[in-house]
Amino acid sequence: MTYKAPLSDILTTLDKALGYAALLDGSAFGGLEWDAVEGILDEAGKFAASVLAPTNRTGDLEGVTLKEGVVTLPQGFKEAYAQWAELGWNGVAAPEAFGGMGFSTAIALATFEIWDGANMALGTGPTLTLGAIDLLLDHASDALKDTYLPKLVSGAWMATMHLTEAQAGSDVGALRTRAVPQGDGTYRLFGEKIFITFGEHDLTENIIHLVLARLPDAPPGTKGISLFLVPKILVNDDGSLGARNDVHCVGVEHKLGIHASPTCTMLHGREDGAMGWLVGEENRGLACMFTMMNAARLWTAIQGVALGEASFQKARDYALERVQGRDPATGKQGTTIIHHPDVRRNLLTMKALVLASRAICLSCAATLDEAAQAEGKEKAALMARAGLLTPIAKAFSTDAGLQATSIGVQIHGGMGFVEETGAAQFLRDARIPPIYEGTNGIQAIDLVTRKIPQAGGAVVASVLDGFSRDLEGFGDTLPPSVLSATQAAVGDLRVATELMLTLGTEAPVDALGIATPYLRLFGLTMGGVLLAKGAAGTNDPGWRAVTRFLAEDMLPETSALLAGLRARGGAVAATTPDLFEAM
Amino acid sequence: MHIVVCIKQVPDSAQIRVHPVTNTIMRQGVPTIINPYDLVVLEEALRLRDQFGGKVTVLTMGPPMADESLRKALACGADAAVLLTDRFFAGSDTLATSFALSTAIKKIDAEEPVDIVFAGKQTIDGDTAQVGPGIAKRMGLNQLTYVSAIRSLDLGSRSIVVERRAEGGTQVLTTGLPCLITMLEGSNVLRRGSLPDMFRAARAEVTTWNAEQAGVEDITQCGLRGSPTVVKKVFAPKPRNEKAVLVETEGKSDAEIARAAIDALFTANPKLEAEIPELVLAS
Ligand SMILES: Cc1cc2nc3c(=O)[nH]c(=O)nc-3n(C[C@H](O)[C@H](O)[C@H](O)COP(=O)(O)OP(=O)(O)OC[C@H]3O[C@@H](n4cnc5c(N)ncnc54)[C@H](O)[C@@H]3O)c2cc1C
Repeated sequence: MTYKAPLSDILTTLDKALGYAALLDGSAFGGLEWDAVEGILDEAGKFAASVLAPTNRTGDLEGVTLKEGVVTLPQGFKEAYAQWAELGWNGVAAPEAFGGMGFSTAIALATFEIWDGANMALGTGPTLTLGAIDLLLDHASDALKDTYLPKLVSGAWMATMHLTEAQAGSDVGALRTRAVPQGDGTYRLFGEKIFITFGEHDLTENIIHLVLARLPDAPPGTKGISLFLVPKILVNDDGSLGARNDVHCVGVEHKLGIHASPTCTMLHGREDGAMGWLVGEENRGLACMFTMMNAARLWTAIQGVALGEASFQKARDYALERVQGRDPATGKQGTTIIHHPDVRRNLLTMKALVLASRAICLSCAATLDEAAQAEGKEKAALMARAGLLTPIAKAFSTDAGLQATSIGVQIHGGMGFVEETGAAQFLRDARIPPIYEGTNGIQAIDLVTRKIPQAGGAVVASVLDGFSRDLEGFGDTLPPSVLSATQAAVGDLRVATELMLTLGTEAPVDALGIATPYLRLFGLTMGGVLLAKGAAGTNDPGWRAVTRFLAEDMLPETSALLAGLRARGGAVAATTPDLFEAM
Repeated sequence: MHIVVCIKQVPDSAQIRVHPVTNTIMRQGVPTIINPYDLVVLEEALRLRDQFGGKVTVLTMGPPMADESLRKALACGADAAVLLTDRFFAGSDTLATSFALSTAIKKIDAEEPVDIVFAGKQTIDGDTAQVGPGIAKRMGLNQLTYVSAIRSLDLGSRSIVVERRAEGGTQVLTTGLPCLITMLEGSNVLRRGSLPDMFRAARAEVTTWNAEQAGVEDITQCGLRGSPTVVKKVFAPKPRNEKAVLVETEGKSDAEIARAAIDALFTANPKLEAEIPELVLAS
């Protein structure tokens, strides 16, 4: 069976775990009935299954080609993308003023899970375009907005994000690409960027690059970075396409996964320099880019969910078919492997990771939606909360995607390791989301050093109080084991958070060494709370079974993680780089 | 150009049951869909609209929840929707249904003249294929049924040319507008709804008319009272006992095949030969 959009799980998450239907009711999002949301997601599911999914494996096999600066995507991609854009799917959350539907981030994110589940490599392109739209909305001049946003919102053009250079990866401040002012408001860019997703391709007639570069007299480091809009093809005053800009794809990478997503080396300025327009203020480029990065992080997070779900579906189907061994319960020989408790445990683990991470991602998106409708202090508080949840969503979900897809291979046995089942592709594709858009290590550090200390710890405290309130509200709607395990996890998270806040001031370097397990503890606990909330509101036996499994079998990990954190990172801190040379 | 498409919300036939006592269709708990035959005419109407401009209005008669089907049609690109709903319409047979629909179409036509009325060839729950022709008759429209393709439409001379499947071949027919068309399944495939259309549909006001608002003057022609059809019994026909015989024709002449068939007939009915003179005399 091919990919089937997990509609019922998505709807239960939104409606029961997050109370999103109520939030939507009477909201600024144009008073859409919940039925209509279901209808939209249903239609997305049909499109994904019938148009996008069939190109997933063929795209993986065929990959992309670069010939004389032209990058060609696998067969069927151009047509599939054109149809997708034509139907308006690019514009779910974009403002109506530029041709979008002005609808909610959470629903847009849910549709992206569906696109990515069907074909993540293709999904990486529009993902960046959405980030660029947000960035231009927040920071670009009206002239730039009017020229570029309608085309980007409709999907007629796509956008890219140019941060990385060979010497500047996680440390963006080390970048060297130069921007030279021309005195007429434009700039000429010179430099080489690497690893640029969809930097060059044949899906759209123009590509809009958002490029970080330095002005001649810029201060060193992150304070000297400016942001430029560099179109592949220059746009004339009347909106028609003009001359080719001096920005070129000079290489595409051979990669472990997402073979159909071109990862390009981009050269700015082979001759006169690539013409660029400043976005935002000079030397304030990184702050602008963070708008794009923050949004894109959530969109990266959902890739983990999407691949985990797709991998689950494949593994579940295989487990229902593959005959091997004796049913341990009945003794019947020649049973399907789903009868083996260890296989079911594996499937439950996958599904628990998927449901938990989906709930975290959609919760973060729902918080952004609430913020979009709030004002003043309330808005600031909601934005701070979304800021806290973003690194958790990014790192927990993409780690979960990796873990789930690996289990997906395991359930297939040897057939999982050979390529023809497609289980291996999910695992290979799932390897990238933990790396790009800020590695998961960087996310954990962001959580510990910037996000939990926000407002003296008040932001994280209010999130934790929310968890406790949720648990108090369940009464006897949940099995006692679920309630007690979830309460215990929330307790662990409280203690761990105190500990990390203290360590952050007392021994900040030591805190860096244990940021990752803290983030995992946070993600597991939050997932547990949200699944329990969903379970309290649904009769879906699958959801309830997974919630129980997560609570009884996975949440106890929080106490082990806490025990580790209590060592305050001492073991890592005690090592030195030299030590490893001798290992 | 203004096109009206009549659609019906029907129970998903895959999941339908008949009440053992009343012999009526049990609708409770069965998911509903737009009658599949109606999707074909909806798509055709949308194509004509896209090509010639104008407007597609979808019309249905049904319970208030039938508005769901209208919204689906709007989500696929229809421009306006009208729902006829009234307890007086309940229990309508094809006669009463075509009365109610044609009354409403007359009202729609008075507001914005209608050039073509489309109806599904038949419904999957009633299977009568009577409502479309019934509307045409009541409205005095030219009628084109079992159409497999629309060849051309000329708004200047107000004429349309269609292909119609008939026994033994295809007829090419032309008629003047306004007309009513029913179409064969498989003539096209309904398009996917675009996101803007889905949003428009979700937010749209569906015009809802009761019998009076639809312009019905004689209520006795509606619903049960206007429905002379009585379902006496619903049954599955008994399968016949005899089996069809497969005749081997390869490499044989027609005469040989005929002779073999006659031989087989006489062998299977030994008395036939003796009875033939009697039969001949009797005729
Ligand atoms: C397929 C693909 C697509 C990509 N698409 C884009 C794109 O469209 N645009 C773009 O600009 N970039 C893109 N990238 C680049 C990507 O964002 C970077 O690879 C990523 O940010 C990591 O940078 P790096 O590769 O230089 O690794 P490094 O920064 O060298 O990191 C190596 C390791 O060191 C760790 N590390 C580094 N610094 C620290 C620190 N301060 N504290 C703790 N640990 C640290 C990292 O976590 C990592 O484990 C893409 C990369 C790939 C592979």
